[in-house]
Amino acid sequence: MSEPSKPQGRKFQLPEHLKVYKNVWVIVEQERGIVHSVSLELLGEARKLADKLGVEVGAVVLGAESPDLNRICGDAISYGADIVYKVTDPALADYRTDPYCRVMTEVVNTHKPEIVLLGATTLGRDLAGAIATTLATGLTADCTELDIYADNRSLAATRPTFGGTLLCTIQTLAYRPQMATVRPRVMAMPERDDARTGRVVEIQPDLREEDIVTKVLNFIADREQNEAQLAFADIIVSAGKGLGKVENMKLVFDLARVLGAEVGVTRPLVQAGWATNDRQVGQTGKTVRPKLYIAAGISGAIQHRVGMEKSDLILAINTDPNATIFDFAHLGLVGDALKILPALTDAFGRRLSVNRMAG
Amino acid sequence: MHIVVCIKQVPDSAQIRIHPVTNTIMRQGVPAIINPFDLFSLEEALRLKDKVGARVTVLTMGPPMAETSLRKALSLGADDAVLLTDRKFAGSDTLATSYALTSAIQKLAEEDPVDIVFCGKQTVDGDTAQVGPGIATRLGFEQLTYITKIEDLNTASKEIVVQRRSEGGVQVLKTKLPCMITMLEGTNTIRFGKMDDLFRAARYELKTWSRDFTGAEEGRVGLKGSPTVVSKVFVPKPRAEKAKMIEAASDTPDAMAAAAIDAIFAAQPKLADDLLARAAAGL
Repeated sequence: MSEPSKPQGRKFQLPEHLKVYKNVWVIVEQERGIVHSVSLELLGEARKLADKLGVEVGAVVLGAESPDLNRICGDAISYGADIVYKVTDPALADYRTDPYCRVMTEVVNTHKPEIVLLGATTLGRDLAGAIATTLATGLTADCTELDIYADNRSLAATRPTFGGTLLCTIQTLAYRPQMATVRPRVMAMPERDDARTGRVVEIQPDLREEDIVTKVLNFIADREQNEAQLAFADIIVSAGKGLGKVENMKLVFDLARVLGAEVGVTRPLVQAGWATNDRQVGQTGKTVRPKLYIAAGISGAIQHRVGMEKSDLILAINTDPNATIFDFAHLGLVGDALKILPALTDAFGRRLSVNRMAG
Repeated sequence: MHIVVCIKQVPDSAQIRIHPVTNTIMRQGVPAIINPFDLFSLEEALRLKDKVGARVTVLTMGPPMAETSLRKALSLGADDAVLLTDRKFAGSDTLATSYALTSAIQKLAEEDPVDIVFCGKQTVDGDTAQVGPGIATRLGFEQLTYITKIEDLNTASKEIVVQRRSEGGVQVLKTKLPCMITMLEGTNTIRFGKMDDLFRAARYELKTWSRDFTGAEEGRVGLKGSPTVVSKVFVPKPRAEKAKMIEAASDTPDAMAAAAIDAIFAAQPKLADDLLARAAAGL
């Protein structure tokens, strides 16, 4: 996308008391010592925004004091943070809206960042909606692109709209901070750089467990994942309505098996009950960036496109030579997916097994 | 027990089309439905009503035609319905919307205190998931999002135990009413309405409330009360280059498959190496 067009209107003029808001923050999501990868992706994005603005990147890490938390603070610096706000309290050990919201509101009001980014996860969306309300500021959900308007230094947050049929760019008027959430895998993972240095600001909020109404009785960790691991698959074979009927899903699974790939689908197929929603790729499903994405019988609606267009290589198979998907696929094959999928399965199988015998 | 369920009437997004020439949204003839995510919350509210006894009020903010969705909710078993409608609300973003809805919930609470507010996880047209948390924060209610199950509700002690989906597992949370709950999709199935409720819904006299009536401040709703503005709406540009169309030696599926694989490996030689190494290892 090109440089965002010039915003207009006087309401963009920041009053004096908001001009002190500076730096780009990421609220780092950690649960039980594990950092969500989206937070690292956001640090990479925050770095780009901060460099455009000529400011620093701040990472906020919340939790109970532990060696894991210290390691996470170090990771945040390696992935692009200049300052880590390490907020520790036993009451922050597990995520709960109320203490996290109270603490974040206070930390933002004290240190005044101009931009605050969170992952669009169950934690990030829950927390972002709460603190945007306490801070009475603008929040844009599920952004697919972030940029800075050169003339007034404000954030241009682009996201799909109308059920993913169009894109829109949203700006926050004279309110600070400007907040946005971004879904996992939408932004590229930055390179880790252990030579980077940064400073850690320790914050101990005044929380008392007896003031917190909600208690965590238990945490049932997901066992061996039965769910499709789409987000991190190297190869994905995806099916759309062009497959005609549910029985033909077998053709997609056959090809995926030969390639060691995951199977993805478009939203209409989930709605029709052909696949479970953990396989849905798109605005309301998963965002993926595999090395190879094979789209069979997919027309290329924006709802689907925003979830897969950052794949390294997209091969589209469609009977309609004018299908939208050929506008953004890298390789196109005009033909009947029902015939081409089995042929691909056979051909890939032959090429790969020939090599095994030779090797 | 008084339960308020916030719903939104949305265009059936599966049926929205873009005008091929003007690139504008063609709204004509697109049917309006209750936001599908709201139905999981409405059903859960109705189940609590069946189980422990409660008055269920459905609330929506929108144009007068949103009445259709309220009547639908009544026909499914909701007791009362409030339509919050005012031209002053037009253009509200999520901050202004949660403020306006909160003003209506507070108005409802004056007459009958509210114990639980249910919202949809998100809408299918906005997809923000921000209005529920906004309402909970404004009301000072405990916030319970992505709930997969209500394990227990004790109306005497006002305690509730729920299961909440988080990234790496399920949290079991115990908290006190009042609270705001958003249900995860697929956690229940919306019921069929009873004939009695269908008739009652048709006759029901909707409460239609304006901004003045709920006491929402004018500067905090609509465009004036919204920190965010949409600076542009656009159709994504195609990639600079369209897809390279694969030419096969013949029109047979085998020839096309062979040509496709050659094209993939030519574009991504490293992928070919990876696949071959994998195959050689017998994976």
